Amino acid sequence: MHANFLDPFQSRPSLVHSLDARVKVVLVVAFILTSALTPTGAWPIYVMLIAVIFSAEIVSELGLAFYMKRALLAIPFVLAALPVLFTIPGPSLLSLPFGLQLTQPGLERFISVALKSWISIQAAVLLASTTPFPDILVALRALRLPRLLVAIIGLMWRYLFVMVDETLRLLRARSARSATAANPALRPGGKLTWRARVAGGMAGSLFLRSLERSDRIYNAMLARGYDGEIHSLPVPAVPPSAWAALTFGLLLLAFIIAIGRLIY
Amino acid sequence: MFAAPLPMHIPDGFLSVAVSIVFWVISVIVIGISLARVNRDLGERQVPVMGVLAAAIFAGQMLNFSVTGGTSGHLLGAALATILLGPWAAVLVMTCVVAIQALIFQDGGLLVLGANLFNMAILGPFVAYPVYKLIQRISGGKPWGVFVGGGVAAWASILVASLSCAFQIALSGTSPANVAIPAMAGIHALIGLGEALITVGALSLVYAARRDLLQTGSAQPVRNNTAVWVGGSLLTLALVILSPLASSNPDGLEWVAEQAGFLETARDPSYNIIPDYVLPGISNEATATILAGVVGAFIVLAAALALAYARRKRSA
Repeated sequence: MHANFLDPFQSRPSLVHSLDARVKVVLVVAFILTSALTPTGAWPIYVMLIAVIFSAEIVSELGLAFYMKRALLAIPFVLAALPVLFTIPGPSLLSLPFGLQLTQPGLERFISVALKSWISIQAAVLLASTTPFPDILVALRALRLPRLLVAIIGLMWRYLFVMVDETLRLLRARSARSATAANPALRPGGKLTWRARVAGGMAGSLFLRSLERSDRIYNAMLARGYDGEIHSLPVPAVPPSAWAALTFGLLLLAFIIAIGRLIY
Repeated sequence: MFAAPLPMHIPDGFLSVAVSIVFWVISVIVIGISLARVNRDLGERQVPVMGVLAAAIFAGQMLNFSVTGGTSGHLLGAALATILLGPWAAVLVMTCVVAIQALIFQDGGLLVLGANLFNMAILGPFVAYPVYKLIQRISGGKPWGVFVGGGVAAWASILVASLSCAFQIALSGTSPANVAIPAMAGIHALIGLGEALITVGALSLVYAARRDLLQTGSAQPVRNNTAVWVGGSLLTLALVILSPLASSNPDGLEWVAEQAGFLETARDPSYNIIPDYVLPGISNEATATILAGVVGAFIVLAAALALAYARRKRSA
């Protein structure tokens, strides 16, 4: 089995896919910033943000269901915001045992946090699934990230799948050597410390193998004339249509922020 | 997902913009320093070594062992990377891992990436390094120093990172300090045990197979790590001392309610929550929300029509 399924990019001939990656990165970050700046309880603004992200998702031709499934990822963290339901003072909506009071402002704050994270994660999913990784790297370079860091991230991406394959092999080897008992009380794999030690040994050997592999890669790079400089193609200019999309998107978001600030 | 969803990757929406920006600034500075330091030590080898090791740490987070009742211990890897590569290289490796998790796998948000980088890529190595070195020095170079030091460093790096995570959430007013800090610390004191066990297992393999990596530190040629010593120790002490102060108080919920109310007021007076705010505003607000809903529905409809049009044009 190969780990290419990890790559979230899904090719489609849509407008969102063909939009310049630099513009897409800027717009996605600006969109997430807009949602972060939206005040608690400003429901009309949240509705507008949802409309914007839903439209982009529809135009991307991947289907809303795909996004809804991926957006569930942030759900477990919502637990961290649960206590605000009871700790922000305000008119009580519901009394629970242990003297907890569900308050109106607490509920507003909780729903706002959950909505913000749901809206933001959809934008991030949109970026990752409509942009091939090399284009994201070009965008990071265009946004003036240090060239070395971009080069390291690029190489990491290239070997990510190799190392995940390596890890899957390690995991398969472990399960091949572990017996399972029909009696569920007999846990396979010995005592807890033994199981942890085996997992640790796998991590250690993965580390050693990757260290050796990086030596080989370095030698191969030297053989191909690597001199410490990362040579990359010049970043092409942003086409006028992408500029237009960027301007329109930023104006729309500025408008949404302005409404939020004026009304609330 | 393959990236272990540890409850430490903060998603977008949970931190205030001010907190996000402050941690972005701190993280960018420290990562810049690490880039320069690692470039000096490794030179042109930096790109392949850091890239492949970052991929290995990412993949290594899939390694797990069952603990009990369906739960399992995972590896985060910050301490292991610090012990084997030195703190600066570990910062760089973990930066790549955390950045890819956020950019591609939505494990952690983009706007809050600065805070996540600070917790996992900077604090992790900065805590692990002084703890490991201190215990190793106490042991006088005996083998147990490597294992005990590695285990304690791994546990401490997880715990302190989770404390910092809880502080960021509390500072943003998303969760009260006296609930968030003990909860995060409690969960991660346990998760940290799994990390410690795996790290010790990994170190014992490296000790058996490539002792040179641990003894001469050939993978980490840097000797002058004063900044990490001082910074890591101070950060650890500050978080460990502040946590009980922020989370223990006689009046419990009442006190936090006050604090939360105070934070609320201090953060954004323009939408201050006043008890009687809802009653006069409610009709306006409902109208505005319905209006926004109608406008939003039109926008989505327009998008769907545009899509249908584009498809028909393409197939024609």
